[in-house]
Amino acid sequence: MGVEICVEGLTKSFGHQVIWQDVSLTLPAGEVSVMLGPSGTGKSVFLKTLVGLLKPERGSIRIAGQDITKLREHDLYEVRKLFGVLFQDGALFGSMNLYDNIAFPLREHTRKSESEIRRIVLEKMDMVGLIGAEEKLPGEISGGMRKRAGLARALVLDPEIILFDEPDSGLDPVRVAYLNQLIVDLNAQIDATFLIVTHDIASARQVPDNIGLLFRRELVMFGPREKLLTSDEPVVRQFLNGRMQGPIGMAEEKDAALVEQELAQLGEGGGGGGGATGGRAQTPGSQEMTPRLLPGPGITRPPRWEAIAKREAALHGKAVTGA
Amino acid sequence: MSLSPTGALRQSGNLFAMALDVARTMPRRPFQVREFIQQAWFIASVTILPTALVSIPFGAVIALQIGSLTRQLGAQSFSGAASVLAVLREASPIVTALLIAGAGGTAICADLGARKIREEIDAMQVLGIDPIHRLVVPRVLASMVVAVLLNGLVSVVGVAGGYFFNVILQNGTPGAYLASFTTLAQLSDLWAAELKALVFGAIAAIVASYKGLTAKGGPKGVGDAVNQSVVITFMLLFVTNFVMTAVYFQIVPQRG
Repeated sequence: MGVEICVEGLTKSFGHQVIWQDVSLTLPAGEVSVMLGPSGTGKSVFLKTLVGLLKPERGSIRIAGQDITKLREHDLYEVRKLFGVLFQDGALFGSMNLYDNIAFPLREHTRKSESEIRRIVLEKMDMVGLIGAEEKLPGEISGGMRKRAGLARALVLDPEIILFDEPDSGLDPVRVAYLNQLIVDLNAQIDATFLIVTHDIASARQVPDNIGLLFRRELVMFGPREKLLTSDEPVVRQFLNGRMQGPIGMAEEKDAALVEQELAQLGEGGGGGGGATGGRAQTPGSQEMTPRLLPGPGITRPPRWEAIAKREAALHGKAVTGA
Repeated sequence: MSLSPTGALRQSGNLFAMALDVARTMPRRPFQVREFIQQAWFIASVTILPTALVSIPFGAVIALQIGSLTRQLGAQSFSGAASVLAVLREASPIVTALLIAGAGGTAICADLGARKIREEIDAMQVLGIDPIHRLVVPRVLASMVVAVLLNGLVSVVGVAGGYFFNVILQNGTPGAYLASFTTLAQLSDLWAAELKALVFGAIAAIVASYKGLTAKGGPKGVGDAVNQSVVITFMLLFVTNFVMTAVYFQIVPQRG
């Protein structure tokens, strides 16, 4: 079973620039959560703070009973063994081939024999579909492959918590769909706590149990998927529908009067040029529940996923259960 | 880079803190033998040839200067003694310092800086591996070992170059040159020079690693880090050299 992460009153700033303040949320054990936010709202900073790479100014992060903002460097390295992190570009070691990259954590942290390491590494490579690319160097493969290799490396130590930093950036829609399916399958198989940081709305609608939205240096909302997808909060609705009308502007914030005018126009049904980029075509303002992505047919579903599948079937009819 | 005095203080504080971390991490097992050997080989391979090539003209210049100086003073019989002394005590540690910082340190800094901006270092920390233990300690030790060996190389090549220029080109007498070898220089000069090289190697590698691991702002940041690491290392090395020389004269009695 995964581990719960409890964040309270977290504030981070670089110099005088506040990145976000007073962020409080609980990532429930074993569930998939998504952290959304426009570019430049400090989503990646949030992720790095969770693993203790950056120290917050205030607040606490409790993982497995320890406040990692107060741990000493040495103890921090112990706690980090609970984590698997997929960095934006995979963050593979450029001087090693894929096999050695994925074997690296095992060689450093365990006393497993080379044949046992080989078995585990090949199993994880198979999981992410990289069999046959063992000898390739990170510089020789595509961004999508680097991401999958980074994921395989994050998985070898059987982490309790897996963090994804924009798993879908720079991938084509088909690969994103495969990656989302992989994430859901993984969650059903290893039961770890997942946090995905992204700005891809389609994934955010389909994959998680919980959604959070960072905007204007604050956590606007964090809660179950249904709550955010049906929320009336203007920022949440604007972001989840991917439209221009609303508080989020090109340069982060908009004039309040302009926002009201736009929203009034939208209310009248004249929101032309909204540019919906959701999972499916969204009429501006619609709050349709996108069906959830379920583990693939070959995966044995734990009770939690059985319950979710039942609920989804009741909501959307039989058509979605096989998805 | 900020130019405020607190910024400079913070930088030096962080640098010193990392030096302490390196010292504290050094005895931790398992020692990264592979990384150490690879790095030692790498640093040696980028420094040996330039060192040898630099030390020949360096020895020659010293020989020329001392040759004409001793003639002016009417002390030709001491030309061998003086040039050995100069090469052994000052020239070889300085040449070693320049090359370890210029060739070895820049390579270390660029390597670690590139890893830092590609998030490899972050990934390593998240995987529960301390980059100081895994990457910096082997580099510092490798740089120290190579610096000591280079210092020996520079001494030999420098003295040989001095002999060649004094005897062949300035028509000095080989016998007098060789006979006066040990009139001023002593074995402790060599040990002191080797100790200097050891310290220079450590400083160069620590500064380079520090600058590399704190690189930020994309590829340009790596370039800046390399540039700063060379400048800082040179300044530190020359100050250290002065201090060590001054201390050496105080504690080791001189001949003659």
